[in-house]
Amino acid sequence: MEFIDNLALGLSTAVSPENLLYCFIGVLLGTLIGVLPGLGPIPTIAMLLPLTYALSPVAAIIMLAGIYYGAQYGGSTTAILINLPGESSSVVTAIDGHQMARQGRAGVALCTAALGSFFAGTVATLIIAVFSPPLASIALTFGPSEYFALMALGLVFSASLAAGSVVKALAMIVLGLLLGLVGEDLYTGLPRMNFGVPELIDGLDFAAIAMGMFGIGEIVRNLEDESQRKLIVEKIVRLMPDREDFRRMIAPIVRGTALGSALGILPGGGATLSSFAAYSIEKRVAKDPGQFGHGAIEAVASPESANNAGAQTSFIPMLTLGIPSNPVMALMIGALMIQGITPGPNIISEQSTLFWGVIVSMWIGNLMLVILNLPLIGLWVRLLNVPYHLLFPVIVVVCAIGVFSLRNSEFDVYTMAFFGVIGYFLAKLDCEPAPFLLGFILGPMLEENLRRAMLLAHGDAVAMVTRPVTGILLLVAIGLLVLQILPMIREARREIPLE
Amino acid sequence: MPSNPKDFLSGVFFVGVAGVFAFSVSGLPIGSSTRMGPGYFPLILTGALALLGVVLIVRGLRTRDTAPTPVHWRALLLIVGAAVVFGVVVRPLGFLPAVGLTVLLATLASMRYGPATSITVTAVLVVFCWLVFSLGLGLPWPLLGHWLS
Repeated sequence: MEFIDNLALGLSTAVSPENLLYCFIGVLLGTLIGVLPGLGPIPTIAMLLPLTYALSPVAAIIMLAGIYYGAQYGGSTTAILINLPGESSSVVTAIDGHQMARQGRAGVALCTAALGSFFAGTVATLIIAVFSPPLASIALTFGPSEYFALMALGLVFSASLAAGSVVKALAMIVLGLLLGLVGEDLYTGLPRMNFGVPELIDGLDFAAIAMGMFGIGEIVRNLEDESQRKLIVEKIVRLMPDREDFRRMIAPIVRGTALGSALGILPGGGATLSSFAAYSIEKRVAKDPGQFGHGAIEAVASPESANNAGAQTSFIPMLTLGIPSNPVMALMIGALMIQGITPGPNIISEQSTLFWGVIVSMWIGNLMLVILNLPLIGLWVRLLNVPYHLLFPVIVVVCAIGVFSLRNSEFDVYTMAFFGVIGYFLAKLDCEPAPFLLGFILGPMLEENLRRAMLLAHGDAVAMVTRPVTGILLLVAIGLLVLQILPMIREARREIPLE
Repeated sequence: MPSNPKDFLSGVFFVGVAGVFAFSVSGLPIGSSTRMGPGYFPLILTGALALLGVVLIVRGLRTRDTAPTPVHWRALLLIVGAAVVFGVVVRPLGFLPAVGLTVLLATLASMRYGPATSITVTAVLVVFCWLVFSLGLGLPWPLLGHWLS
């Protein structure tokens, strides 16, 4: 059976000592930054990106992936124990998880989160393994117009799923698309939008921008409120849930896993969105919604399963189509590019060891995380006492070193600083940086595919959109856009407080 | 100030950026829809950005929302300055002094540092970065730059 052969190939790759080591480093780092409030996976992966150059491609992606899903585990620990989300994806976990902790059930909540995450991670790994190959073979039949439509749909999706105002999210996407085009035009060699700066001929560096907005800008925001938080870490008495707990958590874990797996594949989706959606669905189907907010185990089980599933299935569009669905996946594409690998439908056949190795390593990583998180919980709890003011100078200097090491260029360091400032001010105006980064990475791809598509269609836009797949995708994108914009024009739209 | 300053100001920002970029691509060939020139797609984007900006400006004038929280200038200048300083001094002074200066400046951004803790943290991080980046990862930068050696 081909499926078994593929998994066997992946297993043999993933259990090589080197890959096991980097998988472990990845999930350990991920748990660490997940536990620490104020440091998330985006700046961490951006900081480590230049250093992955020295690794083999498989080890690099295995480690970076481990950071992303490891952060989902770590984030829940902080949320449950001190009512402070370590990660944006565990915001909703804090609501009921911390209530459980205050009732002396911190251990049960942590165990539920870990078991749910593990189940979700296992299922999501299988989903990636089963669905990626057929998706890739469909993607092989896609021409430039289909790719253009797919990306356009993805961007519209991510705007409508973004926290806060849709217009701002759209504007941030367009701004990202524009800045992504800065540099030499591939077709004519003419410099574009470089404002006479020779360093900009090669374009702006993605990692520098990501570190600026999510690293530097975020630190300034965190320093605004330095009033000492009195951290009350709840005691962990009992770890294992009892039979009643198990009975209550099974259905939410399954629902959360299904929802997270689906939302992770969507552009703009991923861990954070999945956990919010899981919480609201769980509340809707609950027999006794009154328990929510007062330590309902369902409200921990479902979002925690969903965020882990979503984190993992968001690898599907990245690996098979080469289209990132969130900024973390955009960074993964950056990491593959550093290694000289272009993600896309061919990756499964051309880089089969890499592809299957990464997938199987995700399951191994999840197993490591359960072991890391349950028996060693006491260790992580102690980490919570590391104050932020000891942490942020490390982030600043590691960001600076990381961005400088990319090309040994001071210019990249200044780019990072500049986007730190821009990111800080835009965040003040409720403009989120995530859609911007997505636009930035998709800008050149979007233009390239549009140009090729129009060339193939002899400049006839109608001929382009009457290709069935292109037409349907664009129609959905436009429909979605209209649905979003219409209520805005009537100014009746109440913004959903997502984060 | 308009009644919804966050929308208004972000709208002004987007329109301004759209204007600057539109101006910078204005000299580039636009081409035709079959063979798009380098200016074609950027012009579409600047148009879209300006439009979204205008929507935000209008919304900023017609809806009501809280003003943005005040800017923390001290942290902004010191943190961003710390990063810039790294770029400025990493070649002339070398890797270790650059790390030291960056960390020192960054610690000044927080109220939780006195002179003693600032210097301790700086010293610890200089050693840490030397261990991790020079010894561990073997990054080939001179520890002390040509101004110092």
